[in-house]
Amino acid sequence: MELRLDRARVERCRALASAIAEPVHRFISEHSTVSVERAVLRLLGVDGVVGDEVPVANAVVDRLEGHRRAGGAAHWIGAGIAETGRPAHEVALDLAEGRLTFEALESTPREMARRALEPLVRAAVARVRGRRAEREALLERLPQGEAPLLYVIVASGNIYEDRLAAVAAAEAGAQIIAVIRSTGQSLLDYVPYGPTTEGFGGTYATQENFRIVRGALDEASERLGRYVMLTNYASGLCMPEIAAMAALERLDMLLNDSMYGILFRDINMKRTFVDQHFSRMLNAEAGIVINTGEDNYLTTADAVEQAPAVLASQFVNAEFARRAGMRDEQIGLGDAYEIDPDLEDGFLLQVAQAQLARQIFPRAPLKYMPPTKHMTGNVFKGHLMDAMFNLTSVMTGQSIHLCGMMTEAIHTPFLGDRALSLENARYVMNTARHFGDEIAVKPGGVIDRRARHVLEQAERQLERVASLGLMGAIEARCFAEVSRSPSGGRGGEGVFERSEEYWNPLEEALRPGLSDAVPAAAVVSAVAAAR
Amino acid sequence: MRLVRPYGDTLDDGAVQLSFTLPMTWSEAADEAARRLVAKMGFTDVAVADGRPIASGFSLFVVYARTPASVDVSQIAADVPTEHALTMEEIDDLIRREFRRKLVVVGACIGTDAHTVGIDAIMNMKGYRGDYGLERYREIEAHNLGSQVSVEALARFARERRADVILASQVVTQKGSDVANFTALVELLEAERMRERVVLLCGGPRVTNLLAQELGYDAGFGRGTLPSEVATFCVRRLLEKACHVGA
Repeated sequence: MELRLDRARVERCRALASAIAEPVHRFISEHSTVSVERAVLRLLGVDGVVGDEVPVANAVVDRLEGHRRAGGAAHWIGAGIAETGRPAHEVALDLAEGRLTFEALESTPREMARRALEPLVRAAVARVRGRRAEREALLERLPQGEAPLLYVIVASGNIYEDRLAAVAAAEAGAQIIAVIRSTGQSLLDYVPYGPTTEGFGGTYATQENFRIVRGALDEASERLGRYVMLTNYASGLCMPEIAAMAALERLDMLLNDSMYGILFRDINMKRTFVDQHFSRMLNAEAGIVINTGEDNYLTTADAVEQAPAVLASQFVNAEFARRAGMRDEQIGLGDAYEIDPDLEDGFLLQVAQAQLARQIFPRAPLKYMPPTKHMTGNVFKGHLMDAMFNLTSVMTGQSIHLCGMMTEAIHTPFLGDRALSLENARYVMNTARHFGDEIAVKPGGVIDRRARHVLEQAERQLERVASLGLMGAIEARCFAEVSRSPSGGRGGEGVFERSEEYWNPLEEALRPGLSDAVPAAAVVSAVAAAR
Repeated sequence: MRLVRPYGDTLDDGAVQLSFTLPMTWSEAADEAARRLVAKMGFTDVAVADGRPIASGFSLFVVYARTPASVDVSQIAADVPTEHALTMEEIDDLIRREFRRKLVVVGACIGTDAHTVGIDAIMNMKGYRGDYGLERYREIEAHNLGSQVSVEALARFARERRADVILASQVVTQKGSDVANFTALVELLEAERMRERVVLLCGGPRVTNLLAQELGYDAGFGRGTLPSEVATFCVRRLLEKACHVGA
């Protein structure tokens, strides 16, 4: 199945996305955030909590103010190591609890601090790369099976129940497990510590919780002879720290969107833009696949009307990800099957949209989300809607397939719900495996016209966003019909301008990988030639 | 008195379908365990139609059975707050005529719940299923505070704006968080002596009117509720309250 695409229009959309990202990118390179600094500390080995469960990374960064903060947090750890000769986590603990003061380290030359940190930076990068190599070897030895990869969520609130449910889901055929976070975690400006057994609508993302489920899935992978992937959420106020923890604990995917937090969680846009960039640099190096959140445009508004917004957002998300050094193969752009089931030919519109994304982003591991908005207590109909979603996914070659639950509208999935859902997906995908290869799209038909329309409208939306600037466009309700101002939202106070001497050793170490990314100028000139 | 039993294909056959998971590895014995369990629930003619392993240590069953139980439906009354809804135009006219000012409606998804889908369906301009949201009503001043709003912040805002109506939404229900949050709101409004001054409504996919009334709300609205149904209820209840105060 192949849509006739207006290639020149696609290239214009890409060029527009690049033009949209460019000024934001300048802003990003001149700023940092408290969560970026905390992520750096975590990668350098700072862990644990002090006092009333305050993470050491928070306690250190919270004590940094003014020019001290503007120079970056890493310097102070390096200075502490240089002056005391003690390991990073002890220096951090002393700084956190006030036994060591920044005043005492004020005169330490920056060069000395840098030298003291060098081995730790090398170790951090080696650890991240080591985890990536581990994954690559496992995938080589235990191939995960055919795409669409079946993805299910576990969300009990208790990590030990999640572990059990994750293994059961893997045995029932799941290829990817996501541990849903406790509702509200995205607005916490710290990452909780240790294993957790209470949460609402999900389980807290903590490094220990990551380790617990990863360990259980590694065992299951060996037993099943196929590698089972683990996913969590690098979103919200601690996006870079979650990315760091995920890199260290070999998570395979992360939900990570360049605008989701701004639009749907009212997080300050500057904070989000800076945070997403550093998060994605880490993801790039860790070989983690991101899943972007375009499904949210569809769950909060009419799915037929919002289709162009999904495509426009995919272009923007992909552009930001590339600028952070991610390869196309790591950029799991999102979409969802959310059209009203009562709409005649709604299925055709879904197919058009899914196929459009497939052809425009041929190398991206597209993430396809199931019906949620129109699911009801009628589980029987819900199961059928999920089957239609499964069919759309397999015929348009989606890559990451979040299995729909017939009890979506009722409760977080029961163990049996997941098994039935996986059975549904396996049945439909097997029986229709090569259906997409066997059919042609009728020129001028419903699917063809719909795809053309969505692409045209997406281009129009990108033009409008480019003319307003991304921050202005978000303020002008260009995305998801919400308005957010550059100074509003949560976490804005955690954004700061980098001083002349700002130093982020991880960014420095990861940057060489970026040299082959961002062919922005080349794209723009290609578009000019096409015109 | 009218006794009612489940209907399979014959009146009073009591036929039901059940599906559940047992934490045991599947075997013939697991099927028998499922059968006995359902018999213990009081069902008769238990038939395990399907039993199979879904993971190590877990089996899934589909069971058909009959129940001897029945219920007297003549004794059941459940108020439906969504009955006889007016249109947006009718509601606006009614407000203009009876109140001679705009009604102030404040809504939020409370607690840590981040799901705005319910409150947005009722309040946002666009509305739900072609039924415009409260923001669109000329005679309603609607404030949608969004998600993750603490009950304190909601109460404070309602007091500042002299709200006539407060809408509280909850989508996440895990471990009773919805009921806990709804209860916290009622208790706060009572402590602040605001409860009697407002029409207090709750909504969410698992909310029923009976639950809402038990919790001390004027009404509760579940899945599929239209904005005009909520608006109609608000106006009628406010009019009732006005009469009551007048008398």
